[in-house]
Amino acid sequence: MTPRTVGSIGEIWVYLAASPLLGLTLTLLAYQGAVWVNKRCGGHPLANPVLIAVAALVALLWATGTPYRTYFDGAQFVHFLLGPATVALAIPLYAQLGRLKRMAGPLLVALLAGSLTAALSAVLIGKLLGASAATLYSLAPKSVTTPIAMGIAERLGGLPSLTAVLVILTGILGAVGAQGLYALLRCRDPAVQGFALGVASHGIGTARAFQISEQTGAFAALAMGLNGLLTAALLPVLMPPLMRWLA
Amino acid sequence: MLAALTLLLLFQLAGEAIALFFALPVPGPVIGMGLLFAALAWRGGPSAELRGTAQNLLQHLSLLFVPAGVGVMLHAQRMVDEWLPLVVALVASTFLAIAVTALVLRFLHRHEEERP
Repeated sequence: MTPRTVGSIGEIWVYLAASPLLGLTLTLLAYQGAVWVNKRCGGHPLANPVLIAVAALVALLWATGTPYRTYFDGAQFVHFLLGPATVALAIPLYAQLGRLKRMAGPLLVALLAGSLTAALSAVLIGKLLGASAATLYSLAPKSVTTPIAMGIAERLGGLPSLTAVLVILTGILGAVGAQGLYALLRCRDPAVQGFALGVASHGIGTARAFQISEQTGAFAALAMGLNGLLTAALLPVLMPPLMRWLA
Repeated sequence: MLAALTLLLLFQLAGEAIALFFALPVPGPVIGMGLLFAALAWRGGPSAELRGTAQNLLQHLSLLFVPAGVGVMLHAQRMVDEWLPLVVALVASTFLAIAVTALVLRFLHRHEEERP
């Protein structure tokens, strides 16, 4: 490559944005900044690190006219770690093996109730307020972890990339609101808190649950995994007749 | 650290292979999590190294969702057009799901503990 002179800040940006380094560095910077803000706010759930980091990055990419593809070329290295991190959830889960065995029956019934509530209430409310069919199909799997949800949306005929965004938003909502809701319901058992957060808000809820306690996190991880399996099995069967009925 | 990371990737790879082979709708990493859980139950727990690596990785779990979250910018138009159903459906269904799961679990669990 021949050396080139770069005149303005704008040109430097264009030049650097062409390599994965910038997207990766910006992601790490934005996240650490967001964690710092979260700490300054005393760990308030509204100052959610994912929310702050995403907002900052979107604002920056928009302001500089950088396409998402260009950003993702760098950010994909972080995105890739979701795979091994999901596998690693088996370890906190194993630590709760004794309690899991004792609670297996109640956990499975609560899982079925929560999983159906999440998907069906989202589709019904969306339909009632006039969402398009593609949006409804993308909305249905929004309570399960991103890779599973995208796969389900694709099978149903939704838009996988829209689903990814709705999944993240659902996760943030649960992480932000769960503790207020638990106070309202007078629900204090860490196992119950974690499990409900994992069913409704997958990995982001699980990340939030781990901030509360190790046990809360382990039950959230369990719920996230189970709800991923259950939703992947149920929605392809339930959605076509439901959509015919709603049409 | 390196051995533990390799082990996690191997379980993910095995999960991906099983998902592809049996054409399962469940993604590879989730099957990998199930396989590792089964292996831990069989072996009687993780090594200190594996536990440490998992802790490091899970401590920053939130970070890993940021790249996908920034994808919101691709759907700005649709989200502006359908903001009302999206906002109400997301907020209501998320809190309903949390409340229903928590209440059902608390009811059944209490019931079970009260049994002699």
